[in-house]
Amino acid sequence: MNAVGHSVARKEAPNKVTGRARYCADITPAGTLTAALVVSRHAHARIRLEVDHARHMPGVVAVLTGQDVSLLCGEVLEDRPPLAVGKVRYWGEPVALVIAHGEAEAKRAARAVRVDYQPLPVVNTVEDAIAAGAALVHERLGQYKRAQPPVVPQAQSNIADHAKIRCGDAAEGWRNSAATVSGHFALPQVEHAAVETRCARAEILHDGRVLVQSTTQAPFEVQKLLARYFHLQQGQVIVTVPLVGGAFGGKAAVQLEILAYLASRAVNGRPVQLVNSREEDMATSPVGVGLVADVKLGASAEGLLQAAELTFWLDTGAYTDSTPRVARAMCSECTGPYRVPHIRCDAYTVYTNHTYATAFRGFGHFPLTFVIERTMDRLAEQLDMDPVELRRKNLIGPGDRTPTRMALTRSTLGDPRACLDRAAELLAGPAREQTGPHTVRARGLALFWKTSSSPPNAISGAIVTFNQDGSVNLSTGTVEMGAGTKTTSAQILAERLGLDIGQVHIHTHVNTKVDPEHWKTVASLSTFMAGRAVLEAAEDAKAQLKSVAAIVLKCAPGDLSVARGRIFLTADPNIYVAFRDVAHGYTYPGGDAIGGQIVGRGSYIMRHLTLLDEETGEGHPGPSFTVGAQGVEIDWDTRSGRYRVVRAVSVVDAGRAMNPAGARTMLQGGMCMGIGLATREGVLYGRGGQRLNDQFRTYRTMRAGEQPDEYVVELVETPQIDAPFGARPLGEHGLLAMPAAVAAAVSHAIGRPVSHLPITPESLWRLTRTAEAAR
Amino acid sequence: MATSHTGRAEHLITVNGEQRRVTLRPADTLLYILRDELGLTGAKPGCENGDCGACTVLVDGVPMKSCLLLAIEFATPEEPAAGAVPRHIETVESLDETEVQRQFLDHWAFQCGYCTSGFLMLAEGLRRQRPGASPGEVVDWLRSNICRCTSYAEIIQAVRGTLERERSAPPPV
Ligand code: FES
Ligand code: FES
Repeated sequence: MNAVGHSVARKEAPNKVTGRARYCADITPAGTLTAALVVSRHAHARIRLEVDHARHMPGVVAVLTGQDVSLLCGEVLEDRPPLAVGKVRYWGEPVALVIAHGEAEAKRAARAVRVDYQPLPVVNTVEDAIAAGAALVHERLGQYKRAQPPVVPQAQSNIADHAKIRCGDAAEGWRNSAATVSGHFALPQVEHAAVETRCARAEILHDGRVLVQSTTQAPFEVQKLLARYFHLQQGQVIVTVPLVGGAFGGKAAVQLEILAYLASRAVNGRPVQLVNSREEDMATSPVGVGLVADVKLGASAEGLLQAAELTFWLDTGAYTDSTPRVARAMCSECTGPYRVPHIRCDAYTVYTNHTYATAFRGFGHFPLTFVIERTMDRLAEQLDMDPVELRRKNLIGPGDRTPTRMALTRSTLGDPRACLDRAAELLAGPAREQTGPHTVRARGLALFWKTSSSPPNAISGAIVTFNQDGSVNLSTGTVEMGAGTKTTSAQILAERLGLDIGQVHIHTHVNTKVDPEHWKTVASLSTFMAGRAVLEAAEDAKAQLKSVAAIVLKCAPGDLSVARGRIFLTADPNIYVAFRDVAHGYTYPGGDAIGGQIVGRGSYIMRHLTLLDEETGEGHPGPSFTVGAQGVEIDWDTRSGRYRVVRAVSVVDAGRAMNPAGARTMLQGGMCMGIGLATREGVLYGRGGQRLNDQFRTYRTMRAGEQPDEYVVELVETPQIDAPFGARPLGEHGLLAMPAAVAAAVSHAIGRPVSHLPITPESLWRLTRTAEAAR
Repeated sequence: MATSHTGRAEHLITVNGEQRRVTLRPADTLLYILRDELGLTGAKPGCENGDCGACTVLVDGVPMKSCLLLAIEFATPEEPAAGAVPRHIETVESLDETEVQRQFLDHWAFQCGYCTSGFLMLAEGLRRQRPGASPGEVVDWLRSNICRCTSYAEIIQAVRGTLERERSAPPPV
């Protein structure tokens, strides 16, 4: 009972500790063919393929190339052929697909496909891309279909999109500024690096149905896109998603599903499975965006922010996928959680010959937070002001407006001040202290804010049915990828129906045919959107239970209450009827019956959200914010330049902790990932654009023992009043300000501002050397 | 022993205490045979080159990455030589209500659960091989595997908890 507010274990937890939890590649029906990709070994080149030999190798059923497929896909802008046609635009791009009876045969034939490359000039950095006379990654940019506006491509350039914020009068802002600071930043693309690689299987039945199973975070998007690309009825396409082994935004992009469909189509509809190798998962499937940014802030002598001018160049790699949406999300909150009257922000989505990018945990907010928070620290230095004090002075609050002119309330914003004050308390101590002859302890702190930047018409739904024993079944369209979304929904339903959590049965897997649509399991929105739908479904079921019970108990429905599996007279709980006796119709002693099966229905659609204006950026990008303050203590070795994060702190406004242990561990996991991004992670390309780190041994993520000695996670609870039980999104947020906080601490330790990621000892050595050389 | 022209042949291997008959090629990894031939999908592929540990199983009680082992090494002849002991493979499916599983549950030592089988087998191997492992040694062992969801603190606590529990438990009678 009282499921909400308790640390309820994940429903599927027992299966996860016994090897019985099933993920996509664990469920392969007999007779499934295997597909293997042939990928490009050049970043930018004209290609010619020779596939005849591969086609005739033993076990091979078919070989597909870009010539066999005339299709351009893309979430926002349709710019990406599923298999390269004529030229390749990144190292790792799929150029052919081999379908064979087994993995060994498929891989052997894939190696036998000959690709002749005629190299083209490689656009290897954002600077290359925007330089005058740059080689074009896409010659026909002007002709691409805009699938999901707003998107503003600039033909005959490498600029796929330009998003803007124009707020107030920048000139006035600069006139009012006694102090100005500017910073230039370059942050690499990053890997999602979920331990489960992406996987998709497709089968086309003779009755026209298309069965797809994949690791997607967006099964309903897969369904819609396949229907659109291949001229099918949406109902013909059935997408199922078992448990997902980590996603972090990377599995919201639709890529392998399209290839699996094409593969099945090429072999008369037989089931075909395509599983990424680790190398393909890193180099062929999309990464998180890289960012080059110029940030300029102006403040009055008292330290009140007057103006912000920001230019972002997002390295989207070879294709746009969702980057124009990420760019707008960054624009929406471009100032960080501060009050700035005059804002000018330009965000360019830039094509390069890099692996293409998609959403990454935080949807642009970790690089955004990094550039803003680093510049705030520079401003504090210039004003000779305590960085915490500068932040406190400028914090945005209820009554203020965001850069998109969205008016804030305590409910929509939460309490950034409480987060900042508490985090500052937890990190009390000097910014830098000598703790030994060669050791320095340093501290750094940073703030984040984030709203969802989801489509204004995003929807969710929930269906509740009953079992004969009075327990309930809950169906929602959210994907379980580790965040515990299904369990949270079950908690909400249990709470509302007054049932034990064990009495709520969930469908762990999503099936688009029977589960109600949930937009996508992204943006940490499941608790809010699916939760609202579950609440409505619970109320709907309760109303039906009461109307049948009212007849049985000879009273008005309004006289009744629902709890503990019973519908009872509020005035006398001893007069009741059990769920199990009414949920499938009530049968009188004589055998006659009334009522019928009860099905609770709930749905939710976003309210009052709008697209951002193309010129000014004005609009309403999300239902609420999650704000937080994070900080670290590091130990720096002055001789070797090595450092270690010894303590990490997060104070986050959770609205309401629905599942305290779940919230804490989710945030801690995010913090660990954030420290990884700060200290070691970043996609690397060679001179010719070849990928240098497409394995875990070269793309280093955190490992045991590298985590801080202590994690401190505290929650502030400022309810979001239109959210289930007041709970705010939390899934992405643990990592958002960690890289900025680490950079702040390292800057204090070495006495020089750090504006890059990842902050490796080598990079610090370089930084010190260039600074000395310049002297 | 029937050998086909592709090099596939039938062999016996011992997994989780059961003798199983499998058809394998000399190049098949143990991970592949466990998952695709024996239906034991608890061991997961995460990299197939030894970097991530999601495929960890116990070989004669020692944790090993099954993506780096060839299944054929574990094949026993139909009529083993006198005194020959078949090498015994244990997968996560063999764990049943063990302390290490309880500790992983209690400490929220997983989120998506994809790395969990590997970490559990690693921890179970540690428990058997080095029951007196120091905290530092625990971390050294755990470094061989990757988890992208948790903060590692939860996993380390679960493993230390397992060892502590074991040390404080009365010896079996
Ligand atoms: S799959 Fe064996 S170590 Fe990664
Ligand atoms: S729980 Fe997801 S990788 Fe460890």
